[in-house]
Amino acid sequence: MDSMGTAYRIVRSYIFRRCVRAFATIFIVMTLTFFILRLMPGNPIDLYIINLMRSGGLSYEEARNRALALFRINLTMPLHIQYFEYLSNVFRGDLGNSIISVGTPVIKIIAEFLPWTVFSVGLALIISFVLGIFIGTLMAYRRGSKIDSILITLLSAFSAIPNYIIGLLFIVVLGAQLKLVPFTMLRGAYSPYIKPGFTPEFIADVFLHAAFPILVYVITTIGSWALTMRGSVISVLGEDYVLVAKVRGLPERRIMWTYVGRNAVLPLFTNLAISIGFIFGGSTLVEFVFVYRGIGYRLWEAVGARDYPVAQGIFLIITIAVVLSNLLADMLYAVLDPRVRIE
Amino acid sequence: MNYLNKAHFRGRITRSAKEFLQILRRNKSGTVGLAILLLFIVLGTVGPMVVPKPVSDPSKIYLPLSWEHPFGTDFEGKDVFAQIVHGTPIVLQIAFLTGLLTILIAIVLGSISGFKGGLLDTVIMFAADIILTIPFIPLFMVLATIIKFSDARAIALLLAAFSWPSIARAIRSQILALRETTFIEAAKIIGYSTIEIIFREMLPNIAPFIAVSFIFASINAIYAQVGLAFLGIVPYIGENWGIMINRAYTYGAIFYSKSFWYNMAPILMIILLQTGLILFSRLLEDVLNPRVREE
Repeated sequence: MDSMGTAYRIVRSYIFRRCVRAFATIFIVMTLTFFILRLMPGNPIDLYIINLMRSGGLSYEEARNRALALFRINLTMPLHIQYFEYLSNVFRGDLGNSIISVGTPVIKIIAEFLPWTVFSVGLALIISFVLGIFIGTLMAYRRGSKIDSILITLLSAFSAIPNYIIGLLFIVVLGAQLKLVPFTMLRGAYSPYIKPGFTPEFIADVFLHAAFPILVYVITTIGSWALTMRGSVISVLGEDYVLVAKVRGLPERRIMWTYVGRNAVLPLFTNLAISIGFIFGGSTLVEFVFVYRGIGYRLWEAVGARDYPVAQGIFLIITIAVVLSNLLADMLYAVLDPRVRIE
Repeated sequence: MNYLNKAHFRGRITRSAKEFLQILRRNKSGTVGLAILLLFIVLGTVGPMVVPKPVSDPSKIYLPLSWEHPFGTDFEGKDVFAQIVHGTPIVLQIAFLTGLLTILIAIVLGSISGFKGGLLDTVIMFAADIILTIPFIPLFMVLATIIKFSDARAIALLLAAFSWPSIARAIRSQILALRETTFIEAAKIIGYSTIEIIFREMLPNIAPFIAVSFIFASINAIYAQVGLAFLGIVPYIGENWGIMINRAYTYGAIFYSKSFWYNMAPILMIILLQTGLILFSRLLEDVLNPRVREE
């Protein structure tokens, strides 16, 4: 009876339900990619077979066998068996092979390109978060002033301008017109003539290549951090314990950062956890602008070359990363705010 | 009696017009936003009728700025300003159509979810959660390997299909909160039907939120459609600012200083339009929500 009660409580619990939702989402996205690839009229496999027959002069049988080996599926089997095979392959990390760079496993391509995206967007996220909190707190303390209202307009305008447009603006003005920054030299994640390793030369080169993408991410995301923090600080300023701290005669600076700042920043941590998901997926257009060789740029290359396994593999990995970081955010929320656990 | 009503009505109009002018005078950035938006609407409706279609002319390659060519000409000798003007209707159409469809889907699903509750609510919110997690630029890129996007309405519908969840969620929670209020209780006792309660009592209350959400959905639609055209994923539908940038990019003109105004024209237009929309959304908030005004 008691164990039944415990089991019931687990099933009803917040964290358990969030886990179920996360895995259901991953499962649905996997299922969608499977059926998009196989069931669409003129699906990629048929197109690839026709292409091989036309360009390689292969017979239908040969072309089909080669295509099936590449796509890691066996079309002669019933659909549901194909589907389960696909699922088990994905769970083992086997996403098939690239069509264009023949024989290269998709998972290897992802492992090569993803770290650069995580590095550049992740660093930008940290910078943007810290700066945003700082600016937001100062704005809240000067609320209603001229600086505050100018900053509100400026920051909200910045977050409405597309990030890739700001990147293009840098290239056109700083690169083509003023010739201050050699953007064509800054393509890729690092210069080809420098040997990768833990040398100061290489590290400096990596930061140089990531500098403009990072700058663009910071400019376009700092507004929402600052404005959210501003709102949060203003609501905390109305709390009794802040008044008590003032009455106790504590120094203003100490109240600002240890009493107000710390409490106001709490709700922003869940937003931060959600943003971790964007480290993986929210960067395609900026990487395309700067030809920064991260996962988003690789996805664009795969789409342009009709390299279906790579495109779908990258999409699947990005989605899984987003789902898991949302799950992390939910759990963090439950830890920080115990009220959500009792529903 | 009839006359009295009319006079009363006219009085109300002049009063709200006066109030509106007052808000315009006070909310300067919002007024700028409204002006920018009106400018773009004129550009998108009257512009293509007045400005002739851009034609390439090899003798006019990279002409500097002049009265005849306000933004100069491009690497094919086409007038840049004419390209901007003829690209405006499609950008605005997709933006507003997406905004409209997004809001419609969000209102229908959000109010069903909030009002009916139960299994329907669970299913709709679950779908919303899933759509919210899927990163949609990558999704569109993958879809583009299979589907051909060639029609403005199809693009708007697809964008809307992935934009409704956050707004529907907000509408749902507002409806849940409104359901407990006394005036909804009263409406129920009088015998209003569910549809009547939703449309006559609840939606007017969340109208400011809906209007602002419409603007934000349009802003996101501009980000997505210009971005997808820039990536070369949405195929060429007439002129489009994103396609202009894509062409500059694929031909390398983006790094060419002679091409400066061709490159800058669509960039400046997008910055102006997005800034105008966000400023306008704050004016809307001011006009529609008396509670904000009193602060």
